[in-house]
Amino acid sequence: MPSKPAKFQIVWLQGITCNGNTHSFLNDPLLGSLLDKVRFLYHPILPSQMSLRELVVKIPKSDLLIVEGAYRGDFERGGAVMEKLLPALAARAKNIVALGSCASFGGIFKEASPESISGIVYDKSEATGPLAAMREKVINLGGCPAHPEWLSFVIGMMLNKRKVALDELGRPKELYAYTVHNGCLRNDYFEWKVDSRSFGTKEGCLYYEQGCQGPFTHGSCNKILWNGVASKTRAGTPCFGCTEPTFPKTDLFRTKTYMSIPSEMPLGVPKRSYLALAGAAKSFHIKRLEERLIDDHA
Amino acid sequence: MARPSKEERKVSIMTKALELFSKEGFYQTTMPSIAEKIGMSVGNLYNYFASKETLAKELILYIANMLGEEIRRINESPLDTREKIVAIVHMYFKIAQERPETIEYFLRVYLSNREVFREGCEGMICVSAFVTELMIFFEEGVRSGELRDQDFFSAFGLFMGYLGGMVFLNGERILPNALESYEASIAENIYNALKAR
Ligand code: SF4
Ligand code: SF4
Repeated sequence: MPSKPAKFQIVWLQGITCNGNTHSFLNDPLLGSLLDKVRFLYHPILPSQMSLRELVVKIPKSDLLIVEGAYRGDFERGGAVMEKLLPALAARAKNIVALGSCASFGGIFKEASPESISGIVYDKSEATGPLAAMREKVINLGGCPAHPEWLSFVIGMMLNKRKVALDELGRPKELYAYTVHNGCLRNDYFEWKVDSRSFGTKEGCLYYEQGCQGPFTHGSCNKILWNGVASKTRAGTPCFGCTEPTFPKTDLFRTKTYMSIPSEMPLGVPKRSYLALAGAAKSFHIKRLEERLIDDHA
Repeated sequence: MARPSKEERKVSIMTKALELFSKEGFYQTTMPSIAEKIGMSVGNLYNYFASKETLAKELILYIANMLGEEIRRINESPLDTREKIVAIVHMYFKIAQERPETIEYFLRVYLSNREVFREGCEGMICVSAFVTELMIFFEEGVRSGELRDQDFFSAFGLFMGYLGGMVFLNGERILPNALESYEASIAENIYNALKAR
């Protein structure tokens, strides 16, 4: 009988982080079956083989190094500075995942110290981070936090020895080739330029007055739903664009306009064509789209 | 001599119809009167345009596209916003002098007989080429910091209402001087009203 193959070994290292991606990952409905197939050499919360101290001393080989949180060279983990620890672990890992926006692009923590904080490969959208030379083996899973199923998808692909196709920012195309706008239930409203009048309702698009970033944000939030049921736009909140290197933006609930015209066009749409189409769409009044979908008082 | 193509025939019908409509108004102009002016039978005219309404809609599309093209050329030129305003005012008044029927049609047929254009020309659909170019003009003016950010229609109404009003006064022979003599001061007024403070 052939011996059981060795389990897929994962090291989960945290940089400067709020633990959001760890918590997100704990919500993966398939976590149980995934944990049957992988072994955590080190994880800050899940049972693992080594303590942080041992990790830092031993620098083990791994099949996958997951980095959560932003990078700053002198930031310490287990008594070791990131500047040394990260490249050492990375060199002994077969694959690397930058999990969440902070590890991918610098994220929210970068705001505190833009000069010294970055992602592990990218500093915003420039590949000047500490692992830039290894970018070929790094997969970026931008998101604040990253959806747990995005990570389990990537691990699943690795377990099955399948290649993950990446976009120009190192994000899996399978997950990031679409925009959040794609699959949004409010597309009908977007098309006919009917805006939502308030947050949290089912009716209307959140683009014009609430600043929804869905048309410019790569992500599968409206296809792989959160907790299997919702997404920001489904729940009635505009997308903040958290999967992009431009995150965090300021003034999140407003679409910047010039003379009532949105300053940014949906991805790939020329301004002239967009305006002509939008003007035509606005000329129609479609009763169905102007009414409540479900009338509480009927 | 080659016979004119159907498209060419259509254009010549539209040119004549435009003259009639802008002079007589929408209701006074009839399909027989248009046919007569072209020297064509009424039956044949209907081969080109199924109804007077269809013809009227094609005309407004034609005019809006023409004005849109003119403004697009100005938009794409290297002028700054102030100079673009001068250029748009000049272009509009020039057309009002050289091809008065187009502006007349816009003001006296399209804007004054909205019921005719309700179906098929809803809202801004038939004038979209023109409105889109003005949107781009305003948007770029605000983006570059030259114009004050405000609602599009407030700015649009100020600009086009002013020009339309002057052309109308001129058509009614109320203006004491030639239209072009007002160009510079009108452009300046528009710029002053719209500029960023
Ligand atoms: S709410 Fe956002 S994602 Fe949804 S249709 Fe509107 S712009 Fe697109
Ligand atoms: S909807 Fe937008 S802000 Fe929300 S998680 Fe998805 S990409 Fe991020």
